[in-house]
Amino acid sequence: MTTRIHTYLWPATRHILLLAGALVMLTPFIWMLSTASKPQTEIFSSELHLIPHHFALWDNLRTAFAKANLWRYLLNGLIVTISIFGLQVLVALPAAYALAKLRFLGRDVLFALVVFCILIPPQATAIPVFLLLHKLGVLDTYAALVLPFTISVFGIFLMRQFFKTVPDDLIDAARMDGISEFGIVWRVMLPTAIPAVTAFGIFSVVAHWNDYFWPLIVLNSEHLQTPPLAVAQFRNNEAGTNYGPLMAAAIVIIAPLVVAFLFAQRRFIEGITLTGIK
Amino acid sequence: MSDAVATLQAVPATARNRVPVFAGSRPAARSAYALVAPAFILMLMMLIGPLAGVIALSFTDYQLGAPSFAWIGLSNYHEMFADRVFWISLKNTLTYVAIVVPGAVALGLGTALLIQSGAGLRSLYRTIYFLPVMATLIAMAIVWEFMLHPQFGLVNGVLRAAGLQGHSWLQERGTALYSLCAIGVWQATGFNMVLFLAGLVSIPKHLYDAAEIDGAESAWSRFCLVTWPLPGPVTLFVVTISAIRSFQVFDTVQVLTKGGPSKSSEVLIYTMYAEGFEFFRSGYGAALTVVFLAFVLLLTLVKSALGNREVHYA
Amino acid sequence: MAEIEVRGLRKAFDGTEVLKGVDLTIENGEFISLVGPSGCGKSTLLRVIAGLEPQSSGEIRIDGISADGVRSSARNLAMVFQSYALYPHLSVFDNIAVPLRMKRLSALARLPILGRLMPGRQRTERGIRAEVERVADQLEISPLLKRKPGQLSGGQRQRVAVGRAIVRQPRAFLFDEPLSNLDAKLRVHMRAEIAQLHRQLKTTFIYVTHDQAEAMTMSGRIAVMIGGELIQVGTPSAIYEDPRDIRVAEFIGTPKINAFPGRIRGDGRLEVLGHVLHAATPAPAGECRVCVRPERIDLTGSGVFSGTVVHLENLGSEAFVHVASEGMSAPVVARVNDPSLLPTIGASVGYGFVPDAVRAFDGDGKRIATEIASRVERPRGMAVV
Repeated sequence: MTTRIHTYLWPATRHILLLAGALVMLTPFIWMLSTASKPQTEIFSSELHLIPHHFALWDNLRTAFAKANLWRYLLNGLIVTISIFGLQVLVALPAAYALAKLRFLGRDVLFALVVFCILIPPQATAIPVFLLLHKLGVLDTYAALVLPFTISVFGIFLMRQFFKTVPDDLIDAARMDGISEFGIVWRVMLPTAIPAVTAFGIFSVVAHWNDYFWPLIVLNSEHLQTPPLAVAQFRNNEAGTNYGPLMAAAIVIIAPLVVAFLFAQRRFIEGITLTGIK
Repeated sequence: MSDAVATLQAVPATARNRVPVFAGSRPAARSAYALVAPAFILMLMMLIGPLAGVIALSFTDYQLGAPSFAWIGLSNYHEMFADRVFWISLKNTLTYVAIVVPGAVALGLGTALLIQSGAGLRSLYRTIYFLPVMATLIAMAIVWEFMLHPQFGLVNGVLRAAGLQGHSWLQERGTALYSLCAIGVWQATGFNMVLFLAGLVSIPKHLYDAAEIDGAESAWSRFCLVTWPLPGPVTLFVVTISAIRSFQVFDTVQVLTKGGPSKSSEVLIYTMYAEGFEFFRSGYGAALTVVFLAFVLLLTLVKSALGNREVHYA
Repeated sequence: MAEIEVRGLRKAFDGTEVLKGVDLTIENGEFISLVGPSGCGKSTLLRVIAGLEPQSSGEIRIDGISADGVRSSARNLAMVFQSYALYPHLSVFDNIAVPLRMKRLSALARLPILGRLMPGRQRTERGIRAEVERVADQLEISPLLKRKPGQLSGGQRQRVAVGRAIVRQPRAFLFDEPLSNLDAKLRVHMRAEIAQLHRQLKTTFIYVTHDQAEAMTMSGRIAVMIGGELIQVGTPSAIYEDPRDIRVAEFIGTPKINAFPGRIRGDGRLEVLGHVLHAATPAPAGECRVCVRPERIDLTGSGVFSGTVVHLENLGSEAFVHVASEGMSAPVVARVNDPSLLPTIGASVGYGFVPDAVRAFDGDGKRIATEIASRVERPRGMAVV
């Protein structure tokens, strides 16, 4: 009998608890949507209501786009994240292949170095890297946003672990067929590593799309701003008066990733939690 | 598929190219060095060099734009340890870590266990709890700022409706840091949940069967026998990574409080940012960075010391 | 020690019926194997008996008492899993001790540190220690007691899993493909050990396997399951010699039994590839399958069938000759006991079989009775020997 009660009681308790938590998690998103849909007068009223009396989302979006060049910022975000990811793959894949499958003097030292570098938090190197970019004269350019991240030791580590699982026979077969070591990386290893590269890609793109610290340091020019920087700038300019358009701008900034996430949750969760195997 | 294509295309080259593979390792080693060279150079330039640089800089009085600098030994550190702001900053950072880590780890574990304990709506819940991890933190911080708005914010509105007194959460010394902690927990819970879920899923289902047959009749005894001990390493990992991430807290502080009011939410990385990039005192900023690094290193060491007691899956 | 009865057992997962009404009585103390191709439902049947899955309908009775609603642990059955399912964080000793601790210590006493303070725990623990050590001794794993499962070889884990099962002195042992993760040599060795264990313990053993050789060599009785149904239950020799269904005939025995396309003539005689056999059946006329085991195919005599040798398998002590014949989709396999007498590949050979060797099955695959047709009754019979 007790089990009978248990079988109904437990799922109900589980759902109640999870729904309560889910509500907390979602509140900022709901409030953001709600505020972005309200006209100024409704936002600045001390009476709380979720559904706007007058639906003003389009007006707020229009104002946001008029006050800030949001398209440009989104484009900047795209350029920066894609460049970073492309270069990371270009640098990491050959190195990962060599570390996983080739024998050469110093390989183990190099790999130990890679593992060590994973532990370096990005903020730790900020000052010297900033000085280096200053010396190179590339501060306040796309290059300043991209260059420090072209090396992803984590990417090398990840790919190396993946390549370890690729059978040596496949590589030997490619060599027998006369493919060069460089050719093997791109024509044999890359195709087998697509799932791992995708996961790493999601990890990398999300991290750099959302990055605030580095762009804040190296950028001055408004036209180079990445989305997080732009939304922070927007807030500072409006000095807490224009919440409707500000929330609309926030929606625009988080939308690309959130929408992509909703469409491919499993892949995204896999990608973001890659750090879980560090 | 495409490697088969590559294979076919490459057939004519066989005769010409087969020498390097069989004739000894030297040409192969040369290509290995060519393959690792770009990564190695960039690693030196962007990671190892700067790491050494930051330590070296911390012993100088270098200021960005200054024509020269001098080695000043431990002066930066003396100044730092004498500075009240540094101690406030350190204390606030540790407070933040001490609140966010247990909070986000416990909630993450609880959520993962709840989700895993039943079959219904698993992926919906997972998606919702993970949403804050995906959303750009800066944008969400601004949303939180408005929710915490003393007059028109949701939080005070709800409190008023409940007959309670609200606060100027981000503008009062007593609440600013804790408000940031709340945002931190909100953001990190989903991430930890997913890591725990992965750990729970990796528990072989047969172990629960075995436990059932061995007489672990209640859900609690199965939890004690199987669930809890097995993701032990996962828990250790989640705690460390949460701690390292919490040590790095910056975005919310920079945009919402700027360390204020009156340094009540000043944290280590923010102090480093202000010294290094607003006042361009690179040497002093470097010294702060070294302190930050020491803490991260300490956490990593603790983790690997504990992590050796690893669980082997049979 | 228990007699286990399975009555009209059905089990469906999401509308797919995995067990389609299984009836089986397992005698007290016997060693019975559930054998069948993968996906036939044998593991599900075992899990239902164990209480790990509820049945959709039907009943399990253990010693005459219905097991419905009885928790797995309360059924007092022990199970050895394919993956061994050892608790990876516990030492070998603790793994074996789990069932005893669960039974004898209260939840409070099992707590890590607080538990030590519970009255009587010391004494109980001493008893547990003695029993675990006795079992470890019996299985010759005493030196391993302090290790974790991760530090053991496959065979050692297997023994620990068996140890955890016998320490509780269960009413019956359930084995779920326990040897399939071991290499071939160790598997043969463990077969003998498990059979020996059964002789020692004299408890009911229910052993699930897809490997017919394991079933044939270890068990007193075999239950062949195919497609969620129990097709035949009997001693290994009965299953081998007297299969009631063509699926049983084909599943048991390697190489597989030869199946000739056949016909039952109006007069009851069987006809294969145009030759009328010295075998008759009371079954009605129509299509049938005539099956003959490889060792009953005679290559040396002057059989009436002919074919070409396409493949030879010489195992040293015996050999198998594959003969392609017209009208047969697969080659006929014949065993030759003296490999020095092998024909060459490509040679034309004649072969035959005695009527006694014939096992005939009707169009539905059900066995049909056959008898040796007497020469006297059927004049002008085309003799086949």
